[in-house]
Amino acid sequence: MDFSVLLQDIPTLLVVIIGVPAILAAYIVGGEFLVRRLPDKNRPQVRPWIWVGPALILVAGYLLLPAIGTIGQSFENNAGNWVGFNNYASQFADFPQGGAWVAIRNNVIFWLIFYTIFTLAFGLVLAVLFDRVRYESVVKSLIFMPMAISSVALGIIWIFMYQYSPTGESQVGTLNAIITFFHHDPVVWLQDQWPSDKFNLLNNLALIGAATWGITGFSMVILSAALKGIPGELLEAARVDGAGELTVFRRVIFPLMMPTIVVVGTTLVIFALKAFDVVYVMTGGNYNTDVLAFRMYEQLYTAGNSGHASAVAVILLIAVIPVLIFNLRQFRAVEARR
Amino acid sequence: MTVAAAAQPTTVAARFSPGWITQLLQRYMLHVVVIGLTVAWMLPTIGLLVSSFRPFALTKTSGWWTALSPLEFTLQNYTDVLDQSNLGQAFFNSFMVSVPATVIPVTIGAFAAYAFAWMKFPARNWIFLALVGLLAVPLQLTFVPVLSFYVNTLHWTTSNLENIGIPGLPWVPLWLAHAGYGLPFSIYLLANFFRALPSDLFESAEIDGAGTLTVFFRIILPLSVPALASLVIFQFLWVWNDLLVALIYVGGAPEVAPLTVNLADLTTSLGQGSNLLTSAAFFSMVVPLIVFLSLQRYFVRGILAGSVKG
Repeated sequence: MDFSVLLQDIPTLLVVIIGVPAILAAYIVGGEFLVRRLPDKNRPQVRPWIWVGPALILVAGYLLLPAIGTIGQSFENNAGNWVGFNNYASQFADFPQGGAWVAIRNNVIFWLIFYTIFTLAFGLVLAVLFDRVRYESVVKSLIFMPMAISSVALGIIWIFMYQYSPTGESQVGTLNAIITFFHHDPVVWLQDQWPSDKFNLLNNLALIGAATWGITGFSMVILSAALKGIPGELLEAARVDGAGELTVFRRVIFPLMMPTIVVVGTTLVIFALKAFDVVYVMTGGNYNTDVLAFRMYEQLYTAGNSGHASAVAVILLIAVIPVLIFNLRQFRAVEARR
Repeated sequence: MTVAAAAQPTTVAARFSPGWITQLLQRYMLHVVVIGLTVAWMLPTIGLLVSSFRPFALTKTSGWWTALSPLEFTLQNYTDVLDQSNLGQAFFNSFMVSVPATVIPVTIGAFAAYAFAWMKFPARNWIFLALVGLLAVPLQLTFVPVLSFYVNTLHWTTSNLENIGIPGLPWVPLWLAHAGYGLPFSIYLLANFFRALPSDLFESAEIDGAGTLTVFFRIILPLSVPALASLVIFQFLWVWNDLLVALIYVGGAPEVAPLTVNLADLTTSLGQGSNLLTSAAFFSMVVPLIVFLSLQRYFVRGILAGSVKG
């Protein structure tokens, strides 16, 4: 192992750690210095742009303008010639197994539904259960821990969970060991096309399960905070009136948490539509587990077709737009209440 | 004493009532379920951790749960993976990517958030609304134009940048990209926090003759340490764990690419069963786990501030 690389490069790291903040500080101090040279009445007009300028340039340069550029490029071929809707036509060709259809199905049906619902359900159950024990903070951080690691490491963890050896050999993958213990044949989780190769739910669920495991801590933490915001007297009153714990949950806790559930749900929908890392690491999009984000990457790098890649990106944007609009409305509603 | 003595008979009586027993059972049931779920949740990680310390031959024939008999552990997987891959370089690269890619968007975001919260300028609210909209836009939508701008217009390929010879330069494209992608969230989080600060603080400071810079560095930043800390941890972990952006911009340049790219490459090149993957995966988790365990409070606070709005 070559840790000498590290030692040689440490000066570089130091230069960067000191240099980058120094440049940023120099910018704002220099900017203010220039603003102060201006006549009094011009200062309030110029000053805000000094402060928001760099942020606006970066956001425009890396998000806004490229997004518009991609929409334009989705109507062009690699040579930059206008091809109308051809790129989209090739993505939407051969329903239901060709073009981008498998990726669209996996994203907007499998991932969107199962990832969101599983994560919300697990998060809610864990939040409610943990609320009743005194060592809550310990169990919460244990559940939350996968949030800190990369999806690549998460993918590797689950590759080993799903490991498969042929029937008769000893199973070293945890899940196959469990199901063979109950006398079921081992399953090739990441390739199995159950129930049919036109509707391969099982291996997609295997990927979704791994991703859900990683993100549940996120929904649990937020839902738990919302749960603690419910006034205890309300629950007490319901219990005094003779409601059982299940009724209290269904009729009091759940409705009161609904706004938070919706907010978490929209975030999860965005995550579901952007799913990439887990698919990239665990199946490489094979065995009908493709998703839009992965397909976009493949069209760009493996196929080298930026027109097709742009079209896939725009399809992804269209899938996200309802959530985007919902977010904006939510934001304006909150602003109006301020 | 008398009170305790008086209480004694009732508890004895209560102990034999069936209601008390079911209650006791129910209470233990809760703990069994809670601890059971937590352990089940940790099993995948524990399994990988145990496997990473087991000899290669054993992991092929028996599951990690048999590790206690025969009790045989080794560091071989760790030394092997460090010898065989350039994990050390990738580890360094991860720092080179993550530190500036955190500092830049947080600092620039704080400047902007200050302006959004406390200065007046045309279209302020509309620009802010646009930022909220951009929070949800998939990054996929930006890769093709940014990449072609880097390569065709600026000629910012890794080899070109290395030839210039300024330390850190090969990472600049990645820093700026992460900054651009991270800024909407930074600004959103910080502007909300800055706006909630009491305005009389700044007003009295300004009456005392404090300039904009003094107010920002001496009043706003010190008061916002909790928000800044959450944001720094959030952005740092996001960049450290990011695969997609690194893959797009420096995926083909191992001398610049971070751990995640290296690890993903290992998965494809070593094949899914390889034991070296277990140790490599744990190697990559060390830094985020340290950050998470030591600063968990701020991390959770950041998540809450970011999503429970309204």
